[in-house]
Parts: sequence; C-alpha cells; structure tokens
Amino acid sequence: MSTAPNSTTFDPAQSGNADSQKRTWLHAVKPARIILYLLLGLFSIYYLLPLYVMVTNSLKPLSEITAGGMMALPQEWTIAPWLSAWSSAQIGVDATGLRPYFINSIVMVVPAVALSTIIGALNGYVLTKWTFRGATVLFGLLLFGCFIPFQMVLIPMARMLGLMGLAGTVPGLIFVHLVYGIGFSTLYFRNYYAAFPTELVRAAQIDGAGFFRIFYRILLPSSGPIAVVCIIWQFTNIWNDFLFGASFSDFDSQPMTVALNNLVQSSHGVKEYNVHFAGAIMAALPTLFVYIVAGRYFVRGLMAGSVKG
Amino acid sequence: MSFSETANPRGSVADRLRDALPKLVLSPTVAIVAVFVYGFIAFTFYLSFTDSRILPSFGWVGWTNFENLFRIRAWDTAVSNLAVFGLLYISICCALGLLLAILLDQKIRAEGFIRTIYLYPMALSFIVTGVAWKWFLDPGIGLEAVVQGWGWESFRFNWIKDREFAIYTIVIAAVWQTSGFVMAMFLAGLRGIDSEMLKAAQIDGASTFSLYRRIVIPQLRPAFMSAFVVLAHMAIKSYDLVIALTGGGPGTATELPATFMYSYTFSRNQMGIGAASAVIMLMTIAAIIVPYLWSELREKK
Repeated sequence: MSTAPNSTTFDPAQSGNADSQKRTWLHAVKPARIILYLLLGLFSIYYLLPLYVMVTNSLKPLSEITAGGMMALPQEWTIAPWLSAWSSAQIGVDATGLRPYFINSIVMVVPAVALSTIIGALNGYVLTKWTFRGATVLFGLLLFGCFIPFQMVLIPMARMLGLMGLAGTVPGLIFVHLVYGIGFSTLYFRNYYAAFPTELVRAAQIDGAGFFRIFYRILLPSSGPIAVVCIIWQFTNIWNDFLFGASFSDFDSQPMTVALNNLVQSSHGVKEYNVHFAGAIMAALPTLFVYIVAGRYFVRGLMAGSVKG
Repeated sequence: MSFSETANPRGSVADRLRDALPKLVLSPTVAIVAVFVYGFIAFTFYLSFTDSRILPSFGWVGWTNFENLFRIRAWDTAVSNLAVFGLLYISICCALGLLLAILLDQKIRAEGFIRTIYLYPMALSFIVTGVAWKWFLDPGIGLEAVVQGWGWESFRFNWIKDREFAIYTIVIAAVWQTSGFVMAMFLAGLRGIDSEMLKAAQIDGASTFSLYRRIVIPQLRPAFMSAFVVLAHMAIKSYDLVIALTGGGPGTATELPATFMYSYTFSRNQMGIGAASAVIMLMTIAAIIVPYLWSELREKK
C-alpha cells in the first residue's frame, strides 16, 4: 500500500492544525493529488485497453492487423467485419454469421429471466411474510444450490433433458437457466421483503385480503427497484453463460457465447481477427448496454449476491 | 409468526386450501431444488463409484475412479494449475481491489465515472474477455508484434504460447475481469467506516500509512471474507475463460479441474472419472461456501 499517495483528507501534514483542515484540503493542489489522478488514469487505461483493441480492430481491414497495427487506429475505416460477423461468417458448418445465435440467445434469455424473477418474487414473499418452521434451513439449501459447481449436474441434466424431449433445444436451455436461476432471484426478493413492514401485511389480512391480493396490492407496487436488480442480474448471467450452452445445445440452438467461441476457435481458413473482434462486441453489447444504462442496479445486484449471502 | 396459526381452524376445504396456499406456492421451487440440485448431486456422487463410460452405468466399482483419478497426470496438472491460478488470482484481485478502493476513496472528482470504467468488465462474458485477451496476447499480432513494430526488435511476450507461463495469462485476463468488482466490495466497506474515529486518530498524529494499516484495513475484514469466498468459488468453477483464451493448452498447460471434468466426461468417455472429479470440485467449494452461508444466515436471526 506504500504506493498509495497521501490523501489530502488524511494528510499528516495537516493533522497538527485541525482548524484549518477543511480549508486546506479544499484548496490544496498538491503533488500527491496529481499522482493520485495519474494512477487512477493509468488504471483506467488498463481496463479500457481491451475494449479499445476490440473496437478499433473490428473497424479495420485484416491486413492492417496482421501488419502489426493492432494498437493503431484504422487507416481505412470499414464496417465489413461487422457485416461478416453478423450474417456471413463461418460458424461450425454453416456460413450464417452470428445472427441466428444472437436470436437464440434472446429467445432463451427473455422467458428464463421473466419466469425466474416471478418465481423468485413469490418465493421471497412466502419466505418472509408467511414464514414457517424450517424456512431458514430451506433458504440455506436453496442458496447453496447457487454456488455448486455446475459440473456436478451436467451428466444427470443431459439425461433428464433427453427424457423430457428437450435435449439440444432452446426450450431445454430456458428450463436449465430457470432451474438454476431461482436461487438468486429468491435471495434478492427475500432480503428485500425482509425489510418490508410486516404490519402492513397483517393489517391487510385482517381486512380480509388473501395471499395473492396482498402480494399484488401491497408488496408488488414497491418491488420496482429489486425487480430491476434481479432482472439485470439474471439477464447478465444467462446471456453470458457458456457451460450450459456448450453442454445442452445443438448446432441450431447454440447461444451467442458458444457460437462466438466456435467462430474464434474454428481452425480452417484464414483467422479473421477483425471479424472475431466484431463478433465479440456483438456478444458483449446487450449486457454492456444494460450496465451503462442501469449500472447502479447491476452493482447492487452484485453486492447483494455476494456480500450478503 | 405464521398466519395460518392465527386463522380460525374451522377445517372447511376452502380454509385449509387458503392456509396451505403459501406452501403450495413454494412447493414447485422445493421440488425443483430437491431434484435438480440435491437429486443430481446424489446421482453424480453415485456415478463416481460406478463403471460409467460413454453413458451412465450402474456397476459398482468402489473407490476405483478416485484412485485412478489421482494417478492421471492431467488431473495432477489441473489441480496444481488451480493452486497457482487460484492463489495469484485471489491475492492480486484483493490487492488491486483494495488499492483502487483506497485511491477512489480520496474524494475524487468524477468518481462515479471512473468506477464505471473499472467495473464494466464484470458485465462481459468470460468468452468475450477470452477472445479479446487471446488476440491481444498473441505474439503474432498482439502486444509482442506491436512493440516490435515500434522498434524494440528484441521484445518478447509469448506467455500464451509458452507451456510454463500460459497459466499466468489466465490470471491476467481473470484479474482484469473481476478486480473492479473486488474494488466495489472494498469501497462499500470503506464507506462504512466511522469517519470520527479516523479524524481522532489523525489528530493524534497518526500517519496516513499507519492509519490505513492499523485502523482502516482491519475493519475491512468482512469485505475480505466476502471477496475471498466469491473469488475462491469463481476460481474453482473457472471454465469459460480457459476455453476461450487457451483451450487448456498449449498441451495441457492450462487445464483446470473444470476443463478436465468436461473433457473426461464428454470427449474421452470416462464418465466415472469425470464424475469423481466433479465430486472433488463440489467438496472443495462446499468447504468454503458452507461455513460462510452458515455464519451469514445465523447472524440474521
């Protein structure tokens, strides 16, 4: 930690004179401050570098990349790699581009997110407002299911999907993501509803409102923020999943991540790096878009999912 | 606390149904978890003691799969790779995350903007991260070629092609992806520290360095705990990134238990051994997660 510059807030030089403290750190522009911003800037470059590489190289002809110009801006700007990645690049056996797989991912994500969120909300409601003996144990068992290595369920799940007639299909993937998404969505709603005043629920019950009525009229209207957190978390997780997609999909039901990996790892022909980068950005755009628009909720979801088990 | 207890026990069917409704709503989840989590765990557990090859088979072979597993060189490689990767990944992420959190906690202008930059990799798929770093680290077109093109002809950076160093490229990419998240956890911890206490110590003449070492960092222990649990379980489950970045290669230089399990189960038709390796992964994660969940859920009561 010795590289951390002295913060002006805690600067020992000021500590002798507590009175002038506020004034000095507001006005001082010190070398320490400059180093601080310099460091923050350097780290920003580190985090942005791969994004820069992906974007610039997806917009230049292949020859510029192979000639050693990966870090340079394009000399000749072109969107041809994007068009190729979207609709004509070779993926597996077919030259379909990533479009059909992008659509697969959307068809997979929307119902899986919607269903797991709804079920999670109801579960959270029961676990906090209609609690019963053993509810905490049950919740603990549910939560542990979120953290298991999914290698542990791959073999039986493959069989089960076969028995259900869902092997190698998008509905099969929806089912798998729903099953393993419920744990986290329940976690979010349970922790959120735990802080919701139980008196309101009890009062409504005395007034004769039933189980679902209380949920719709009293809890649901104030569930907006946690629903957003949950939807973003599930969306990001399911969109970015690779293991289930690789294990349980066929050529025509692959999600975007699996197709992207096939595009990049394909061994025949010239490696079209610019097309690979364009494809990678396509796979990243939906989650990146959500992050930029609703980053606050994304971070909240991350924290709730990890800090508060 | 249950409402069903306060309801009048008249016993008509409608009343009983109403009382059972909450549990009915919860029951699909309970059934799903019982079958698809615990039932499947039991099934894989059982398979690890059978002679399963291409398909599950139920001939009992006792501990043979585990004995064989520990004799396979590739498993040895995978486990020692995980040790190297996990150790570096967790410690670098924690160190970098703590440093960034402390830097960002100095009343920075545009803090939100910088935080967004540090954290965005967390929103990406490991496959995307893998692709970006795979070509950036590729000696033919990436960093090495670029620096050589700038005139430093003797510059070498071919870790990703080097059996000895390839595992470190996985660390580089994984740290890039998750360190911002660790920063966010530490930053939340730092914001929770009582500023009065810091001011008092400051007035007593404590230096910034000792202030952090003696007061701030010890108070971040819960954040360290959470970071450790999250990072350790991510390290053990690491699969996507290895597949996208190196495919486990060169040779078996970057195999991890997760990739080992997949290839032995689905490409090498050694399902019994694959199941045994999955059981060991589960045990390792359970050893980390169960005490953590236990303490978290107990505190809440």
